[in-house]
Amino acid sequence: METMVELDNLSKHFGPFVAVDGISLKVRKGEVLGFLGPNGAGKSTTMRMVAGFLTATSGTAKVCGHDVEAEPVLVKSLIGYMAEGSPSYEDMTVRAFLKFIAEVRGLSGRPAAVRIEEVVSKIKLEAVIDRSIEVLSKGYKRRVGMAQAILHDPPVLILDEPTDGLDPNQKHHVRTLIEEMASEKAIIVSTHILEEVEAVCTRAVVIGNGKLLADGTSEDLLSILPEHDAIHVVVKPVTVDLAVSKLQTVPGVSRVTLTQRADGASQIACMPREGAEIIDGINSVLRDDGISYSEVYKHRGDLDAVFRKITGGGSNNA
Amino acid sequence: MRNIWIIAKRELHGYFTTPMAFIFIAIFVALTGAFTFYIGRFFDRGQASLETFFSFHPWLYLLLVPAVAMRLWSEERKSGTIEQLLTLPITTADAVLGKFAAAWLFCGIALVSTVPIWITVSYLGDPDHGVITLSYVGSFLMAGAFLSIGSCMSALTRNQIIAFIASAAVCFVFTMSGLDLVLNFFRGWAPTFLVDVIAASSFLVRFESVTRGVMEFRDIVFFVSMMAFWLFATSVAVDAKKAA
Repeated sequence: METMVELDNLSKHFGPFVAVDGISLKVRKGEVLGFLGPNGAGKSTTMRMVAGFLTATSGTAKVCGHDVEAEPVLVKSLIGYMAEGSPSYEDMTVRAFLKFIAEVRGLSGRPAAVRIEEVVSKIKLEAVIDRSIEVLSKGYKRRVGMAQAILHDPPVLILDEPTDGLDPNQKHHVRTLIEEMASEKAIIVSTHILEEVEAVCTRAVVIGNGKLLADGTSEDLLSILPEHDAIHVVVKPVTVDLAVSKLQTVPGVSRVTLTQRADGASQIACMPREGAEIIDGINSVLRDDGISYSEVYKHRGDLDAVFRKITGGGSNNA
Repeated sequence: MRNIWIIAKRELHGYFTTPMAFIFIAIFVALTGAFTFYIGRFFDRGQASLETFFSFHPWLYLLLVPAVAMRLWSEERKSGTIEQLLTLPITTADAVLGKFAAAWLFCGIALVSTVPIWITVSYLGDPDHGVITLSYVGSFLMAGAFLSIGSCMSALTRNQIIAFIASAAVCFVFTMSGLDLVLNFFRGWAPTFLVDVIAASSFLVRFESVTRGVMEFRDIVFFVSMMAFWLFATSVAVDAKKAA
């Protein structure tokens, strides 16, 4: 697949403060790249540089092979950008605002009207089309931001926290929209809602203190965790000690931890060695040694834990 | 050019969706009238001319034009819409000129709203219509020069009050620079040519010669180059914030 967005050692300094520190990455057509990171990590700054709102201190950003600095107007015409909080001209009605955007994007008259109609129905803005933006709810405002970003059907879409502050239904709708468009575009989405990454992103990068800390699919990211793919066994109190000692001997198990759950049951987590398949071994131990258990399940680990591990716990980064 | 007009249209639309535009125009018309008839003693003078009417324009602009200009960029920055604007496929110059054009057109509309006073004076006597036409053109140019200063000040801050005060102060310096009040401040230490430059860049002096009916080509050049300079400075300020 062709590379649509390419960042090469992109950096941004605000005085002595280094907001973005040498980020390099590529986004191909068909990819939905999730930008993860704590608040203030440099996600928005990076997006703003790609969108041409900020000038990079060093490094380059290319969109469809064109340098943002050298050909800003061309690059901006290739991007649909929704800024954080989707600021739009609040004194305008939704229709007037979209008409303005269409005109600037080179659409006017009949084709503009048709396209606005299309986008409005896709984004479900019909109900508020003639209301002024300032009276709209947060969810609708966000949708107006989304509508202006996709109005010209850009090959590259950059969305800064598109689901921030939306209710679960609205979030679901935005994710569906992103999924629908994903195949023909390169999409970059920033978020700190980790479930979103698993829901819509084909790949994710983790940014902390302006640096790229990890880059991969959500599976890749999860495999960083020692507890990734651990088998959890919930056992009855009488056989806890037996279970712990037996499970430790299963081939491929590197470590066993015992935790007391809030409901009183004991839960044993068996961490596999790198790449080891341990489920069969555990099954036979449970069967053959008469351990009485109520649940056995495999847990991939969660991205929250990955996030905390990579970005160092948060409190010092917040 | 197309982009400039699209931006200007949106801006102008913004003026008229709030009562701001109508209030501004009403106050402008009321004040020009009040100054002309009461302070300027229009009837007592017994002359069919609008010289007194125009003579108050620089002072009115000093107060009112910064009020129009202050929102040009500060508001965009404050509300965050500047991010929307500058990520559209337009150049900084398009945005600067578009916004300026809208504000200037708006001042033009306010100026045209004072035409009844012209009609009044034509009814009462036989004024020199050529001089009045030229004075209107000169006043419009001067409003543009004031506006361009305001545009630049507005691009420097996200606070509209600061933008207003800063542009009123800079406009004041340019209005008064032909007078001893300002010149004496420079005479003590500045080289003579600089003092001459400052004296020559007085809006008041330029505009007075226009209202007396002697608009020279260099007066037009003066106001146009003022606008060019300050609008260029505006785009430098807007770009500088991107690189900051």
